[in-house]
Amino acid sequence: MSATVFYATAGMGRKVMGQALVAKDGFSARYDLDRRRGVFVRPEHKLAGESYVGRVLVLDAAKGGVATAWMLHEMTARGIVPAALVLNAVNPIMVQGAALADFTMISGFDVDVTRAIPNGATVEVDPTGERPFIRIV
Amino acid sequence: MKLTDEEDAMRAGELGPAAQWAIEHQIKVGEYLGAVDMVPVTQAHIMADTESLGVSGVEWLERMAGLPIAQLQVRIPTITDPRGTDFAAAHRLKQQPWMLDLERRAIAAFEALGVLMTNTCINYQTIMPPVLGEHVAYGDTGVVIYSNSVCGARSNFEGGPSALSAGLTGRTPRYGYHLDERRAATLVIDVGFTPRALDEWGALGGIVGRLAGDYWQVPALVGIDRVPSSDEMKHFGAALASYGSVALFHMIGITPEAQRIADVVNPGETLPTHEIGEADIRAFQTSCAREIDAVDVVVFSAPQLSLVEMRQLAGLLDGRHASIPLLAVTSPQVKPDADRMGLTARIEAAGGMVLSGMCFYQSYAREMAEANGWKRLATNSAKLVNILGGYGYKPALLSMEACIEAACAGGRIGQ
Repeated sequence: MSATVFYATAGMGRKVMGQALVAKDGFSARYDLDRRRGVFVRPEHKLAGESYVGRVLVLDAAKGGVATAWMLHEMTARGIVPAALVLNAVNPIMVQGAALADFTMISGFDVDVTRAIPNGATVEVDPTGERPFIRIV
Repeated sequence: MKLTDEEDAMRAGELGPAAQWAIEHQIKVGEYLGAVDMVPVTQAHIMADTESLGVSGVEWLERMAGLPIAQLQVRIPTITDPRGTDFAAAHRLKQQPWMLDLERRAIAAFEALGVLMTNTCINYQTIMPPVLGEHVAYGDTGVVIYSNSVCGARSNFEGGPSALSAGLTGRTPRYGYHLDERRAATLVIDVGFTPRALDEWGALGGIVGRLAGDYWQVPALVGIDRVPSSDEMKHFGAALASYGSVALFHMIGITPEAQRIADVVNPGETLPTHEIGEADIRAFQTSCAREIDAVDVVVFSAPQLSLVEMRQLAGLLDGRHASIPLLAVTSPQVKPDADRMGLTARIEAAGGMVLSGMCFYQSYAREMAEANGWKRLATNSAKLVNILGGYGYKPALLSMEACIEAACAGGRIGQ
């Protein structure tokens, strides 16, 4: 039986549940998103055209510049925002942005989390314990 | 994290609520990223255009700026990245009054905090370049990668909230590129063609960035056959940081921490090695043309232009006339010199628009596109090409000369 719980090395925020939106691609709020409409718009992005609102984003690595540190806060204030971010690799900007916005994020797995979580699966993300995790419900 | 007595006092609120918020933010970030303690920093640089901040971010700044003055001033020199507008030219860009109002509110809040409104992403060329080994807290990825790599300073990417925190506390969590062990190379790039034009340096940065792939990779380049200029390093680094989220590179025999490859590769370690030649640069440039044969606007920005680039641009435009909008974006430090030396007048006599203190992609690029009917854009900045796809543009990467040819030919490329 395949595993349904995947542990991360770090996490912050609160426990959330939602539908996973998964791609082997990066994440940058400035480079990839139309934040007014809540969709991925960068033409080369594997999720181009998809709405991220309320979804648990499961992606490979944090990309791009420093703007995401403010933009997660701005997106959260308007409510046009993912439910959580689950990344194989973070950069400091994503951590700083999640810290300001009080946003749920976990990262660092011993598997490729974008292969482990099926797109569309209902998942629980819990960053609150000693070992943050994502679980397929 | 291990805290000093002073840091404990900040955390307890003894230095006021601004420092208390800042140190709590830094602890949260530091613990996530494995920092053991804090490191004192000498300068901070804040990226905080209002498109990124939004109304909620500006209100957040205003709440902090409303504290009693003794409780809110930054403790170290703290400067700013470009704003979201050039107030003198906002009407020509068709920016909306609400954008300018938001900018004015953000500026007032930063000034109350004691921040110096330098509004530049080329502070390493114009304000105070950091020195070898200096720990700083810089925002703007181009600033960080240049300062780390070319100057040998030590900074992580510090987003606006974290750079402001560093300004308020005078320190930052000690992780990433503040640590010796993180500054070793993780991949080697064997360069068989040393770029000549700035767009070629950007293309090389883009290719290396894609190969590197994430923030924790440190490319070491071998084979660069001359010492690049500051502007060449600027375009290379900005593109590398943009495409790869990379914060540090070494050029063997050129950058200060890598006089020999053994300086940045641990003994006995074999690193992944990639070869890049002229054909790769050309293929990258072609891939950034996006199958367009004409453009609506030409933009020189990202990073802001140095005085040397302004002079080059003015020289290429002498006796010509741009028949589509041509924007040249520089810093508030360079602009008065460009005015005094007649460069601004020469660019504007040829139909160009010189802008100061903003950067194109940080200035409501989507709204400017809609208001001005701009869809297809030519630039010599690989970084700008990488960003603008997400704002709905079809960008083309061309040399400065080819950009000007297009601007003077009604936007047609290759005429």
